[in-house]
Amino acid sequence: MNMNAWNILLVDDEVEFVSTLAERLELRGINARVAYDGESALKSVAENEPQVMVLDVMMPGMKGLDVLQRVKEAHPQTQVILLTGQGKTRDGIEGMRYGAFAYMMKPLDLDDLIQTLGEAINSDKGTPHA
Amino acid sequence: MKNVLSDTMSSIKTDLASEINSPKRYQLLRRKIISLMALVTLLPLLSLAAINYYEHQNTMAAEIQAPLRVLVGKAKHSFELFLAERTSAVSFIASAYSPEELSNDANLQRIFQVMRREFTGFVDLGLIDAAGNQISYAGPYDLKDRNYTEQGWFHQVQFKGTYISDVFLGFRKFPHVVIAVRHTTENGKTWVLRATLDTMHFDRIIGAMGLEPGSDAFLVNRNGVLQTESRRYGKVLDMLPFTLPPTNFESNVQTLRDDKDRDIFLASAFIADTDFALAAIKPKPTVFSTWYTIRADLLFIFVTGVIAIFLAVYRLTSVLINRLQESDEQRLGAIHQMEHSQKLSSIGRLAAGVAHEINNPLAIINEKAGLMRDIMGLRPDFPEKDKFSKQIEAILRSVDRCRGITHRMLGFAKRMDVKIEILDLNSVLMETLGFLEREAQYRNVELKSDLAPNLPNIPMDHGQIQQVFLNILNNALAAVPDGGQIMLATWDADEHFVGISIKDNGCGMSDETAKNMFEPFFTTKKEKGTGLGMSITYGIVKRLGGEIQVKSKLNEGTTMTILLPKKSTEGQS
Repeated sequence: MNMNAWNILLVDDEVEFVSTLAERLELRGINARVAYDGESALKSVAENEPQVMVLDVMMPGMKGLDVLQRVKEAHPQTQVILLTGQGKTRDGIEGMRYGAFAYMMKPLDLDDLIQTLGEAINSDKGTPHA
Repeated sequence: MKNVLSDTMSSIKTDLASEINSPKRYQLLRRKIISLMALVTLLPLLSLAAINYYEHQNTMAAEIQAPLRVLVGKAKHSFELFLAERTSAVSFIASAYSPEELSNDANLQRIFQVMRREFTGFVDLGLIDAAGNQISYAGPYDLKDRNYTEQGWFHQVQFKGTYISDVFLGFRKFPHVVIAVRHTTENGKTWVLRATLDTMHFDRIIGAMGLEPGSDAFLVNRNGVLQTESRRYGKVLDMLPFTLPPTNFESNVQTLRDDKDRDIFLASAFIADTDFALAAIKPKPTVFSTWYTIRADLLFIFVTGVIAIFLAVYRLTSVLINRLQESDEQRLGAIHQMEHSQKLSSIGRLAAGVAHEINNPLAIINEKAGLMRDIMGLRPDFPEKDKFSKQIEAILRSVDRCRGITHRMLGFAKRMDVKIEILDLNSVLMETLGFLEREAQYRNVELKSDLAPNLPNIPMDHGQIQQVFLNILNNALAAVPDGGQIMLATWDADEHFVGISIKDNGCGMSDETAKNMFEPFFTTKKEKGTGLGMSITYGIVKRLGGEIQVKSKLNEGTTMTILLPKKSTEGQS
């Protein structure tokens, strides 16, 4: 698995969290861009379509689910992994319905995240899983 | 708004609970309703029966009294006519004949024979001078020259002129009545013509009254001496054993009690120109015998009716009160469940909010610590690497612990998500048991199971029912000592439910603990438990349409019994 070639976008309003996560991924050879809100995430996607977007559900301004819908409309190939602090809540279930690939709960286990990223990249795009 | 609703619900629940927990209230209500219904139904019936009874009795009495009064009136007239005819005859003879003629025995005998021929009842006839000596006599007795100055009737006739005596024995020692007429001649000479009557004719007149069996009639004088024989009260010249009530010349009926305590109707009237009265008696029991028979029948019907009414009232009231009590209990149960759901819902929302707020900073801590570990891992020469590694591992362990707590809290919030599928409860139970087998083995706890082989599959949410079993099994495992025993059983309870029981021989619970164990945040595990496990369990079982019961005895163990419906009720409540 050539992780250096992965194109990942991390979206979360928690700057400390998302920047540290990006740094840890980078230490493992995964190139991950970051965005701190919905608007900048969409802009980043428009500029460079990521293979996988890791998206926080609860964000100020544009909500994660709105971002998900917009991304899936414009870039159906981009897989989205939802991040939630609330587990399998209604938002998570709804996100899956909108085409999210998976949802994960904070705090993350980095190995689990990397495994899920790999699965998302290698997945048949029509078969999301929870 | 939520507080107001909650307060109202608590208030209703408290009221209902106090009502349901107070059987006295239902007993009082039962007594009140029975009394009221019995009063409303029985009072008119009793009044009707009483009025009917007295009216009927009065009518009967009137119907009995009227013929008796008429009968006595007629007989009285017969007596008066009988005596008047004979008095007139004696008076006529006294006027038609001179004392000289009458003093001749042959003349007197001839006149007496004519009298006897014309009028029945005469026994003899005698002429008595002013000195009371009987001068002449015609009759069967030897009474000539007898002196009557000592006889009461002689004085009476001197005073009254005409006198009909009471019945007396006199010189002849045989009951008779005297009719005496005093006559004074033109020269002032006074004499008395006296005839005696046989009282047998009185008996004939009484006999002609046609008395019914049990009835009686007799003549009695003012002193209560019988003038004729009575069927009940004695012979001629005996004293009447009870006092004759006030009597006048008009026939009058009275109710009284005789010497033998028999209730009687007595009709009486004085005979004109005499000192005696005619009395006729009918005993009440004879008169009312028909009425008494009817009364006994009516009484039987009345008593049966009263008992039937009372039983019906009692039965209806019992059904009513039982329904009311059941309804109150159901309402209390519904309110309790609603309150419980509301509590759980609030706690769920709170837990989700808290978990989210904690998880974000926790994620940062996790990532920062993770990054530190990564960096140290990349630099073998990192100073005091081991010491720092230990600190970072401690941070990450704490993060894991916090994550466990927040996940448990979120698990509580998650319980609303339901997916119903047909499940084999035995499999779910054994699968759940598998989670705990390692700990049980380690602690040498014996896990026994007695599962019904043909237990029907039921529609249920796998996750939720597993959570229920896990919560109860966890508690059981925590309660038993090392080497203890946990016994699982399933059975087909009835056509609607299947039963599951989890029994342990652990430390058991006090009544207080058992009472509160389903309340949210109630825990005996101190910091090791959230106090939500059994509350969640209770909520899930109730939501799935089941029942959960706990039986526990301190130091002996606990049995949790669950009944789950064979048909899904999810979404119906």
